Amino acid sequence: MIKRLIALTLVLFFGYIFYQAVTHWQPDSQLQGVSKEYVSREANELGAMNIVTAIVVTYRGLDTLGEVTVLFLAASGVALLMRRRNITTPNRKERRQASEFIHTGAKLLTPVIVMFGAYIFLNGHLSPGGGFQGGAVIASAVLLLFLAFPKYKLKHGFLNTIESFSGFGYVLVGLLGIYFAGGFLDNRILPLGDFGKLLSAGAIPIIYTLIGLKVGIELAGILENLKGQEA
Amino acid sequence: MTLILIILLGVAMLVGAIAALYLKDLTSAVVAAGLVSLFASVMYLLLAAPDVAMTEAAIGAGLSTVIFLYAVQKTVKHEAKHD
Repeated sequence: MIKRLIALTLVLFFGYIFYQAVTHWQPDSQLQGVSKEYVSREANELGAMNIVTAIVVTYRGLDTLGEVTVLFLAASGVALLMRRRNITTPNRKERRQASEFIHTGAKLLTPVIVMFGAYIFLNGHLSPGGGFQGGAVIASAVLLLFLAFPKYKLKHGFLNTIESFSGFGYVLVGLLGIYFAGGFLDNRILPLGDFGKLLSAGAIPIIYTLIGLKVGIELAGILENLKGQEA
Repeated sequence: MTLILIILLGVAMLVGAIAALYLKDLTSAVVAAGLVSLFASVMYLLLAAPDVAMTEAAIGAGLSTVIFLYAVQKTVKHEAKHD
C-alpha cells in the first residue's frame, strides 16, 4: 500500500513537472547562443558542408572520442563475458538451414551494404551520416551474414589489427591538431579544399573513416560474441 | 499533412511500446520494441534530423533488436508468471 502511494506521488510529481515545462515552452524562432555561432562560422572556419559533422567531429570532438571509448569498453565487456560460453549443449538438435533465397540474397547484398556503409562515412562531411552511422550499416551487413550462415566466423586477427590502428590513428590525428593547428582534434592540419568536394574539410574525412572502421568492427564483434558458437 | 503524419507516428510508437510491455511472448515483445525505433527514425526524418534518423534505424531498429533476440534465445521464451 505504502509502495503504491509512493509510486503515485512520484508519477504525479513528474506529471506536474512536465505540465510546467510544456505550458511555459515557447519554440525559438531563430538560432540562439552557441548554435548560432556554430552555424555562422562553420563554413569559413572548417569547410564542411554538413554542419552536424563539423560540430560532432571538431567543435565537440572530445565528446566523440569519449563515445568511441564507451563503445570500445562495451565491446570489450561483451567479449570478456560471452567469449567463454562456447560450451554447446549436447542434445540440442541441429537447426534447419536457411533457405536458398536467404543464402543467395545475403551473398548478393552483403558487399553492397558494406559499400553503402563506406559511402556514408566517406561522405560524412557532405551528406547526413558519418562514422557511427556508416559503422552501424557495416555491422548490419555482418548481421545479415550471420543470419544466413550461422557458422560464419570473422577473421579476428585482421579485424582486430584494423580496429587497433583506427583507434590509434584517431588519437594521433587529434594530437597532430595540437602541434599543427588550433588544438586537439582540430581538422585544419590538412588544407580545407573546395567547399562541397569529397576531399575537403581538412582531416574530417580521415577521422570519420577511422571512426567508421572502428565502430563497424566493434559492433560486428559484439554481434559475433552474442551469437555464440552455433546459434 | 506533416502534422497528421507525425501524430500518426506518435500513436504508432505508443502502441508499439505498450505492446512491448504487455506481450507475453518475448520474441513478439522484442519485435514490438524494434517497431518503436523504426517509427521513431521516420519521425526524426520528418523533424529534419536525418543524421539521428540513420542512427536510430541502423542501431535501434536493426542491431539492438537482434541483440535482444539473441539474448531471448539464450534464456527462456516466455515471461515468468509473478504477482
